[in-house]
Amino acid sequence: MSGVRVLVGTRKGAFVLTADGKRRSWEVSGPHFGGWEIYHVKGSPADPNRLFASQTSGWFGQQVQRSDDGGKTWTPVDKTFVYDGATGTHQWYDGTPHPWEFKRVWHFEPSLTDPDTVYAGVEDAALFRSTDGGKSWQELAALRTHSTGARWQPGAGGMCLHTILLDPAKAGRMFVAISAAGAFRSDDAGRSWRPINRGLRSQYIPDPEAEVGHCVHRIAQHRARPDVLFMQKHWDVLRSDDAGGQWREISGDLPTDFGFTIEVHAHEPDTVYVFPIKSDSEHYVPDAKLRVYRSRAGGNEWEALTKGLPQRDCYVNVLRDASSVDALDPCGIYFGTTGGQVYASADAGDSWTAIVRDLPAVLSVEVQTLP
Amino acid sequence: MIVVALPTHLRTLARVDGDVTLDVPAPVTQASVLDALEASYPVLRGAIRDHGTGRRRPFIRFFACQRDLSHEAPDAPLPEAVASGAEPFLVIGAIAGG
Repeated sequence: MSGVRVLVGTRKGAFVLTADGKRRSWEVSGPHFGGWEIYHVKGSPADPNRLFASQTSGWFGQQVQRSDDGGKTWTPVDKTFVYDGATGTHQWYDGTPHPWEFKRVWHFEPSLTDPDTVYAGVEDAALFRSTDGGKSWQELAALRTHSTGARWQPGAGGMCLHTILLDPAKAGRMFVAISAAGAFRSDDAGRSWRPINRGLRSQYIPDPEAEVGHCVHRIAQHRARPDVLFMQKHWDVLRSDDAGGQWREISGDLPTDFGFTIEVHAHEPDTVYVFPIKSDSEHYVPDAKLRVYRSRAGGNEWEALTKGLPQRDCYVNVLRDASSVDALDPCGIYFGTTGGQVYASADAGDSWTAIVRDLPAVLSVEVQTLP
Repeated sequence: MIVVALPTHLRTLARVDGDVTLDVPAPVTQASVLDALEASYPVLRGAIRDHGTGRRRPFIRFFACQRDLSHEAPDAPLPEAVASGAEPFLVIGAIAGG
């Protein structure tokens, strides 16, 4: 029987949760790297036992750990992320120029086909790649040195490159998202980039429809329909049907369209999940109720999913890398909270259960569907 | 032999129990001790001193012989008691956070 492995990054370590295909009984291992912030753990689609973990600390800096046995053992690999050439400046919070400074890795995106190739999205925003399994990293500098770079500005969480999507259909096409610069697309494997923010409207920047400066929180894509993108922006849920050429809002009847993460059902490209948060000044769920919202129409019409989720006295957040889906049938949906619970649904969101609780605040959740 | 006491997280990272002992040629300085430490435990490169600048990371302090040596020049000789191994060179993670 197939199984599922859930990779959880928290403020104080990494945890690995495993279950068989029924997804009823879970084993929890960890903490791995106890006491360290684990921003992200992700496995290679080409070799599911190869995992990469971003281990960071305000005291001791960045470490990168690699596992070749599905998270049982780990080996430190290269953790030097050196910007290529002159670093230049971006905007600081007060609008003054500020030099790029590496702080941490937010996200790893392993290649779809080569277990030795992995991309890293870092703060201050830049994209790095390793082609030797993490033994060395090189910047794909065309993104950071894009002509708009001097206008990028950090959001409250820092100027982070947090989303990397590798197009499964078009070789060399990739999407990234940066807070707070926006979304970008490359059609030549990172040698050149274009901002893809047309249709975004952000009241918190001087020109609400500027080419860059939008605080995009997450982009999601279905493998079978990669030109359709779904976005959770700081405020607003949006959709593009032309690989980011134009976006339109699909917030519809959501109770609030602020949030961090967004997912697409593994088998239904028009079934989308969002995790609404009350506001950008109150980073917890609205009405003290933890609700996932599902649209089966590709947006605009949303239904609240509540069965098994706390519906009173709940004040958690769900961060931008803290959700994922599995590829089983029915599709499993997973998310982690700042309250330390990881919730899972084995029936596409109809009902939920906490598969682990009382962990440190959850920063990231990734799911691997194992043969 | 020089004795270096590491904070818990760096001991875990370096996979050592207790203090580390290092053979450091004279003159014994902050820089030469840290060079020897990083040569023996490459995983610690960048964790105490910044990769690019080589400067002490902001939340790291160096203590020895009841003194804070954090702001001493990296090439200044360390106290004789450290150089002789009688006293440890302490790498400290500054106390911060809740």
